[in-house]
Amino acid sequence: MSSTPPPAASRARPGEPLLSVRDLCVEYVTPTGPVRAVDRVSFEIGRGQVFGLAGESGSGKSTAAMAAMRLLQPPAVITGGEVHYEGRDVLAMGEDELRAFRWKEIALVFQSAMNALNPVLTVGAQIADVIERHENVSSAQALERAAELLALVGIESSRLRSYPHQLSGGMRQRVVIAIALALNPPLLFMDEPTTALDVVVQKEILQQIAELKERLGFSILFITHDLSLMLEFCDTVGILYAGRLCEVAPAKELFANPQHPYTRGLMRSFPELHGPKQRIEGIPGSPPDMRSPPSGCRFHPRCSVAIPVCDQEQPQLITLAAPALARAVGAETDTPDAPVGQQRGHRVACHVAAQTAGSSDV
Amino acid sequence: MSFFRQLLSNRKANIGLTLLGVFVLIATIGPYLVRDASEFLTTPLSPPDSEFWLGSTSQGQDVFAQTIVGARTSLLIGFLVGIVVVAIGATVGIAAGFFGGWVDDVLSLLTNVFLIIPGLPLAVVLAAYLEAGPVSIAFVLILTGWAWNARVIRAQTLSLRRKDFVAAAIVAGESRLRIMFFEILPNMTSLIVSGFIGATVYAIGAQVGLEFLALGDVSKVTWGTNLYWAANNQALLTESWWTIVPTGVCVALVGFALVMINFAIDEITNPRLRSEGGWKAVVRAAGVTPGFSTPVLRRGSLADSNALADSSAPALSKEAS
Amino acid sequence: MTYILRRLGFYLIAAWVSLTLNFFIPRFAPGDPASALQARFQGKLEPSAMAAMKVAFGLTDEPLHVQYFTYVKNLLRGDLGTSIAYFPAPVSEVIGKALLWTLFLAGLAVLVSFALGTLLGILTAWKRGSWLDSVAPPTFIFLGAFPYFWMAMLLLYALGFVGGWFPLLHAHSSHLSPSLSLEFIGDALYHAVLPAGSIVIASLGGWLLSMRNTMIGVLSEDYITMAQAKGLSERRVMLHYAARNALLPNVTGFGMALGFVLSGSLLTEIVFSYPGQGYLLFEAVKSQDYPLMQGLFLSITVAVLAANWLVDIAYVWLDPRTRS
Ligand SMILES: Nc1ncnc2c1ncn2[C@@H]1O[C@H](COP(=O)(O)OP(=O)(O)OP(=O)(O)O)[C@@H](O)[C@H]1O
Ligand SMILES: [Mg+2]
Repeated sequence: MSSTPPPAASRARPGEPLLSVRDLCVEYVTPTGPVRAVDRVSFEIGRGQVFGLAGESGSGKSTAAMAAMRLLQPPAVITGGEVHYEGRDVLAMGEDELRAFRWKEIALVFQSAMNALNPVLTVGAQIADVIERHENVSSAQALERAAELLALVGIESSRLRSYPHQLSGGMRQRVVIAIALALNPPLLFMDEPTTALDVVVQKEILQQIAELKERLGFSILFITHDLSLMLEFCDTVGILYAGRLCEVAPAKELFANPQHPYTRGLMRSFPELHGPKQRIEGIPGSPPDMRSPPSGCRFHPRCSVAIPVCDQEQPQLITLAAPALARAVGAETDTPDAPVGQQRGHRVACHVAAQTAGSSDV
Repeated sequence: MSFFRQLLSNRKANIGLTLLGVFVLIATIGPYLVRDASEFLTTPLSPPDSEFWLGSTSQGQDVFAQTIVGARTSLLIGFLVGIVVVAIGATVGIAAGFFGGWVDDVLSLLTNVFLIIPGLPLAVVLAAYLEAGPVSIAFVLILTGWAWNARVIRAQTLSLRRKDFVAAAIVAGESRLRIMFFEILPNMTSLIVSGFIGATVYAIGAQVGLEFLALGDVSKVTWGTNLYWAANNQALLTESWWTIVPTGVCVALVGFALVMINFAIDEITNPRLRSEGGWKAVVRAAGVTPGFSTPVLRRGSLADSNALADSSAPALSKEAS
Repeated sequence: MTYILRRLGFYLIAAWVSLTLNFFIPRFAPGDPASALQARFQGKLEPSAMAAMKVAFGLTDEPLHVQYFTYVKNLLRGDLGTSIAYFPAPVSEVIGKALLWTLFLAGLAVLVSFALGTLLGILTAWKRGSWLDSVAPPTFIFLGAFPYFWMAMLLLYALGFVGGWFPLLHAHSSHLSPSLSLEFIGDALYHAVLPAGSIVIASLGGWLLSMRNTMIGVLSEDYITMAQAKGLSERRVMLHYAARNALLPNVTGFGMALGFVLSGSLLTEIVFSYPGQGYLLFEAVKSQDYPLMQGLFLSITVAVLAANWLVDIAYVWLDPRTRS
């Protein structure tokens, strides 16, 4: 990797997030009518930051991430919002611009490594082709770089000539990460990068991602449905329910002081790794059918503390008032490279939490 | 929504079914409405005119009448062979997939061998030893045509076997035959229908081929013998194209109709093949050219935009019915 | 390697089943073709050749299994009996030269049609909903619904007879004798244009449709989206990522459809008096030459099995997963 320049730090403008997603809406055009799978989702990712997106299966995590890269395939359409990357308007880009933009600026680690690799091309070819495409290098040089990338993720270079089926699941995932790092992008989207793997390999890979992040300094959008991973890994966490963000907060704050009943339910449904043993309680009921989501707060049919207004009015994401925040985040204030603006705040979309905590509208 | 209702609301299937319906009608009542197809009626090899719409053969027969009458035997044998072939294929395929073990080994081997032995030469040898006529032809076509269905149905049985309802039926102690034909078979409607159609296409084509080789009863009027006589009487040298074109076009139209129905069945059973028409219409209506990247349509929700209501709603509601 | 050997084992079994079928068909046929045969050969054949014929058609009084072993032994020596239509030539000799012409014609036609059909399948799936995609599949389905030999007659009539641009019959001009000279090969190719062309037109739709279907399936795979996300050129994504993968199931289908296309091409030969196996088959049927018919069945079957084995080898070469 010595031959690649450091991530585009030079273009950095202080105070501006690397990626900013505002009110993003995505719909799938289905035979029975449009399905809004992502509804006015907003988040920001600062330089060197890890933003975690969590939620049950089907909550729209992949849809939101893929839409931000304009990678969703038919029948998806983006119906509103903004996506800005270093001030560039991603939703206004043309096809050619996007081709040059993707991978160079934002690379993607797919949800399943097995399906993300082409079974009939060697690992080397699949790393080298993206380098050759974006950079002015010979194929020999590209292969050399491919070998370096494999070394970076801990795979010997003799594997360049291997086909995906000849590798173990963990190795395949590392290869996918190596491909994502091929152009040394400032931002990586990682969609459940470890779900299909067994626990030991999962740990190793996460360890590796953390190390690489230290060395190369990229930012990450980290998608998972596993909250315990979030705490270790992310600076800020957003909780997605049925296509809407219901809570966004710095990771430690969120874990110490979850506000949304859904977040609390999620946290109860995972055993804590270190803390005292707790009974695993799932959230009763199942996620809504996105073709006809519940009115008002989408979580209300499953919510144990719902009040009458919950099925009437859609709750807005509001920033919790400073006192409520201060109770939990005392330790947080000395964070270096503090994320921008609202990222520091604890935001929640819940009628009940808004009443009890006292709040200010955004 | 049932498979058959979906089929009836598919455009390709409608084209196929309509065309097929016309031919079935022709084959049923047509022969009563035309002149005698085997009689010497007019000057041999006269081109089409107002009296003999499709001209005459070298024996002075009415080509129009021959084409209509020929439809009857050809379609009858085609459908008959189709039904028997599917029945055999389903029995062998379900048995192989359901019992597994050595039964599967033997049946699969047999299926694969019959699949790979070239059909026509075997059919020729068989037909040559049998008494010429429609029954022999049907028998030969069944023997050379059953394997494909058996293979496809076996594969489907294997995947159905793993389903809960089959396991439940086994636990409940239902008899194996009952499970095979009352639990598994009804879950393969689309496969059975498309297998029947495929076998019918094969049967009609192969029958025409065998009769062209003089392996049929050349005194009967069928599409195959029509072409046999045309070729035998040097239709090309005498430039009497009308003796070969009508029959050939009819064979092709029937085959086309059947294949279109199967094309539609593919679309119904494999959602990926369904057109992205609704999505495209929505995107185009917003003035955006569909490309690889996700289109951005700033119109609020699609549900209240005109695009959906105008251009795609009819198509969508049709698919949804 | 084990895959290829396993397939070889299967083809040997298939060959054995066909020769056994071939043995039993005359013996269980309702009429009495065997004694008709004897009547036709009486006095024409050497006693030893007559004995071999009797064995081949079950005219001896030996027990069935003894007949069977004699039959297999004769086959392994390449003895397929004596032809009636081409008396007194042995069947193997009659078939020999014709087999080459059939392989040339059918091989040429099948390869061209598979290549063109696959290419069209790739393009129509890639440009889904384009004018090409809305025109090509129905057109070739329609053309594919015509019997092969009918398409042959049509081309022969339009381009050979009326147009006069192509020869009307045979595999090469009569003034040239078969050799590997450029002149002869060109002449043979020229003679093959119409028959091969008609097979291509009639069989292209099948390849197109199946390639289009698998290609559409492959296009929704993650590795395609990833290739697109990497910004690779359209050509590379379409050919190296999508088509390479979509091709695999179609190569398997190619093997299975070979017998079918070959059957069609046999009828095409008749229309063009093309001196291949199909033409011989026609002659054999006309003159009730049972030995020739059965010999043709066996030789065509063996050719199809061998071609399938070559397809298997190609498959291993195309799919790295079968190699290890
Ligand atoms: N092609 C499609 N057509 C219609 N609806 C779709 C399509 N793809 C996804 N959806 C819907 O969009 C919603 C969000 O799906 P998405 O894949 O983004 O969820 P996810 O949070 O990534 O889930 P997972 O954890 O399982 O990956 C789901 O409710 C799903 O039903
Ligand atoms: Mg996902």
